[in-house]
Amino acid sequence: MSTILYPENLLEILPDDLKNSINDTNSDSISISPSEVLKFAKFFRNDPRLQMETIISLTGVDYIEFFEIVYHLRSMKRNTSMIFCTQIFDRSDPNLPSVSSIWRGADLQEREVFDLMGIRFTNHPNMSRILLWEGFNGHPLRKDFEYIDLTDKNNAS
Amino acid sequence: MPLKTEPVTINLGPQHPSTHGVFRLKVTFDGEQIVDAEPVMGYMHRGTEKLAEERSYVQIVTLTDRLDWVSSMTNNLSYVRTVEKLANIDVPIRAQYLRVICSELQRIASHLIATGFLMQELGTFGGTPLMYCFREREKILDMFEMLCGARVTLSYMRPGGLIQDAPPEFWERLKIFTSEMPGYVDELESLISDNEVVLARTKNVGILSDRVAVDASITGPMLRATGVRWDLRKAHPYEIYNSLHFEVPIGSNGDTFDRYFVRINEIRESIKLINQAVEQIPSGPIRTEIPYFFKPPVGTAFSSVEAPKGELGFYIVSDGGISPYRCHIRSPSFINLTVLKDLLVGASMADLIVIFGSIDVVMGEVDR
Repeated sequence: MSTILYPENLLEILPDDLKNSINDTNSDSISISPSEVLKFAKFFRNDPRLQMETIISLTGVDYIEFFEIVYHLRSMKRNTSMIFCTQIFDRSDPNLPSVSSIWRGADLQEREVFDLMGIRFTNHPNMSRILLWEGFNGHPLRKDFEYIDLTDKNNAS
Repeated sequence: MPLKTEPVTINLGPQHPSTHGVFRLKVTFDGEQIVDAEPVMGYMHRGTEKLAEERSYVQIVTLTDRLDWVSSMTNNLSYVRTVEKLANIDVPIRAQYLRVICSELQRIASHLIATGFLMQELGTFGGTPLMYCFREREKILDMFEMLCGARVTLSYMRPGGLIQDAPPEFWERLKIFTSEMPGYVDELESLISDNEVVLARTKNVGILSDRVAVDASITGPMLRATGVRWDLRKAHPYEIYNSLHFEVPIGSNGDTFDRYFVRINEIRESIKLINQAVEQIPSGPIRTEIPYFFKPPVGTAFSSVEAPKGELGFYIVSDGGISPYRCHIRSPSFINLTVLKDLLVGASMADLIVIFGSIDVVMGEVDR
């Protein structure tokens, strides 16, 4: 049975400098600030006690006041999994360092989040739309997305 | 005197018989060799995640059918398990057994499609292995029809259990199926596994290393073909998988042949699993009743199952309303395409379709 590493388990492992950068913890994940993502990601991937070599899922949620990006990590060697998340409060130009240099599996998933949620991942090798076409107006998974009538030739982007 | 060649960019798809949906591939060739490949997806994007935000938790089951339309059962299972985790719903034991039987039947059906079309794309037999595969798949679809009246878009599962119990005819047909199927698998394998043409076209073609596979979040038969023994049914047993015995077949090379071989062996293991589940299944209720418009508590849940193509997960955020605030689908086909370029670059033009076929993607799941 695989074990889930809860925040209390992670706090035992994290070094002090990273521990102090944690914004918040809830019952199943730790929350960090966007600028610290790369530092944490490198630690989770390389620390011999964690060895999170796979990113199972990377997704975004629009909570209106902020965007939350949720990372689900897994270590196949140790059969453990963990979750961490980060909040972005800037709605006009939300951006976040890309973790695709640490886990290649994040490549397409980050492009999907950019396409549907409009969060730009900096230093991503190919930050372009993936499911919708270039020139599509808006990001559908945002809560303030307005439906467009695609049958209306003047309106369809 | 060496021939001077210029790179040529060719567009494959979006309408092409081998793309299993609508998928476009921009490929650059230098002579016969592929030097660059860029997948272009989204032609079948239907906004499933957005649609889910406007439907009740029970209605979303029908949306999940249409993700990977050759394995609706496992899509249903992954979704309902996430809702059950979110709302702490207990599932009766009989329903869990039936879910496992259905998932394994679906795995056989999906792997038959993958194998049949891979052989079709090799173009070696004029369709014989495909017809062998479809003959067996048809029997599975008939059994699904007995369970829920549908053959492909099943919607058989509900949060809390199943829509109805299996009729007596189902068990008779299942018994005949599981007793005959090992013979049919051997028959199918005798056509393929020792065939020199197949071996020449698939061995050492599209090699993926285990290191890259793990780094790029590859799951399912594609990961196991590289030699990584990782199967969620073993690593994190859900439903009643920990009371059943089975092996996890792995490959050694990570090439196209290994991906095919892992699938064929998984069919055999699935038959074993079904036999054990049929022996052990208890009688009892098949559903915990929940209201049609039920409201799970505020919170988030992520849960995944081993679908035929890899790890299918759902991440659901509930705000306490009748529909999810956010429903993310972690689809195996989409993420398995991360390494498509690695597999294709350096291969020859004739191997392109074979490599793409061996990844076994369904565009409904890639584009969602």
